[in-house]
Amino acid sequence: MISNTKSAQSESRSRSGAEKSLDQGFIWLTRILGIGVGVILLAIALTVGYRALPAIQQYGLGFLFGSSWNPVKEEYGALPMIYGTIVSSAIALLIAVPLGVGTAIFLSEDFLPLPVRTALVFLVELLAAIPSVVYGLWGIAVLIPIISTVGKFLNSNFGWLPIFSTPPVGPGMLPAGVILGIMTLPIITAISRDSLASLPPDLRQASLGLGATRWTTIFRVLVPAAFSGIVGGIMLGLGRAMGETMAATLLIGNSNQLSASVLAPANTIASLMANQFAEASGLQVAALMYTGLILFILTLIVNILAEWIVSQVRAKYN
Amino acid sequence: MSNSVSDENPLVSKTGSLKKVKNSQQALFSLGMTVVAGAALAITLLPLFAVLSYVTVQGFNRLNLDLFTKLPPPPGLSGGGIANAIVGTLMTVGIASLIAVPFGVLAAVYLSEFSKGQIARWVRFATNVLSGVPSIIAGVFAYGLFVVNMGGFSAIAGGAALAVLMLPTIVRTTDEALQIVPQDIRWASVGVGASNYQTVLQVVLPAAIPAILTGVTLAIARAAGETAPLIFTALNSPFWPAGFDKPTPSLSVLVYNFATVPFKAQKELAWAASLILVFMVLLTSILSRWATHKKVY
Repeated sequence: MISNTKSAQSESRSRSGAEKSLDQGFIWLTRILGIGVGVILLAIALTVGYRALPAIQQYGLGFLFGSSWNPVKEEYGALPMIYGTIVSSAIALLIAVPLGVGTAIFLSEDFLPLPVRTALVFLVELLAAIPSVVYGLWGIAVLIPIISTVGKFLNSNFGWLPIFSTPPVGPGMLPAGVILGIMTLPIITAISRDSLASLPPDLRQASLGLGATRWTTIFRVLVPAAFSGIVGGIMLGLGRAMGETMAATLLIGNSNQLSASVLAPANTIASLMANQFAEASGLQVAALMYTGLILFILTLIVNILAEWIVSQVRAKYN
Repeated sequence: MSNSVSDENPLVSKTGSLKKVKNSQQALFSLGMTVVAGAALAITLLPLFAVLSYVTVQGFNRLNLDLFTKLPPPPGLSGGGIANAIVGTLMTVGIASLIAVPFGVLAAVYLSEFSKGQIARWVRFATNVLSGVPSIIAGVFAYGLFVVNMGGFSAIAGGAALAVLMLPTIVRTTDEALQIVPQDIRWASVGVGASNYQTVLQVVLPAAIPAILTGVTLAIARAAGETAPLIFTALNSPFWPAGFDKPTPSLSVLVYNFATVPFKAQKELAWAASLILVFMVLLTSILSRWATHKKVY
């Protein structure tokens, strides 16, 4: 890359003062904007934190454990939404991890010719291109009827289990979790496949040379070697699932009641904000900002951990 | 997948007798696992085709001239179009691009051309973390910064929220594009007496332009489909956009609002708007895929 100090020295004789300051000005402009990317991250935290301040002062940490959300009485607690965010993301991962890692293994091995695999990798990427709100609309029309049928069966046969204890009413935790699973599939698949594909070929050759079959090599050598990368991909997927808004909002039913049943309507932090922000005023805005801050911190922790893990893996093999 | 028993390494499968033992436990296990992994791929791709085909079937009938020229009908009436939302989406995405493209490209220039070690690592890290920030948080940020201070919902606030989401994609793709430009042409440029900004603006950036354009187009297409950052920044409106400082409709928010209404005409418009959004994002994804195959260097 251009080393500015060296070039400035070697050319100092022929440059006019104006041109030199123009050059320095340009470098400074890019430097400010470069660092500006980090500043935006900080500005998000500060803005959301500042606007949440009235609610933080009013409710303190008890906000995290309060289970009523009542704008009329100005009683705000985020527990049902925190619970909904965690449970819907967990359902999403339950679906997306086996499918995503399985797909990643299948696409990183030579089961199919390379051009076909390249096309399939691209198709999996396209899953991430479909807008969230379109997933939501499709979910209402297609997914909810299917899951309601399955839910009726689960409720009538396994109703004694708390998680299936209510009859399905249409929208609920399960459809939201399933759509979030579909939406986290591409990132989990992509990162897992990348980390499997970037393993040194020596590993595979050594394992096959010792007489292991392909699947023994996959399970005993390749997956363990790529494990941290796969975990990083799963955590990035978790971050996406927790922050995903529109599809969840349209499918989860937006009920602020805590329920153990995954067939009952629930709410996530993101869908609470999507539903209430536009009409909120006064302390409700601050309370919503507080939930936003919680979501921001949760996703920040997950993402930073994921980025760190993925960057460690990249540093190891590049 | 049926011939996947052949996956064994010749050295591995020829046990003792130098013949493949097709019914050995290992061979069956391998076959079974291959089928399971292939099934995972098939199930993963199923939603893609299910969504695409369903949206196409539902939205296609409604694609006509009215859709692109008329306003949405009042509840209960039929006909109408989504012209105001198309204009509104162009406005918010336009504002977002005006902010995010120069910001992102110049930030990437800093990363790839002028930065040293530690700072660049932190900025790249921040870029990656920013790309993981939920889109609704970008909306909350723009709400707290613009809607509260400017006294109302506006296309500007919506554009700012979208810009936050576009920025990491643009920085990352531009950064990667610039790093692929060979070092020789920088030396050649500096060697003939060009200054730093001349080298960057007239030699390095032009060489990387196809890849940068690809990243920018993808970022714009993704931003156009975003809903969460707009619902409480640009809000919505059933009328033509009245100005950059007024509530502004958009395709994505229109889909969200009409998704849950009981009226048939509105539902149809939601599907038609979805089809436009999906088609646009798919087209740009495929085009960008095709464009990155052609390299300048």
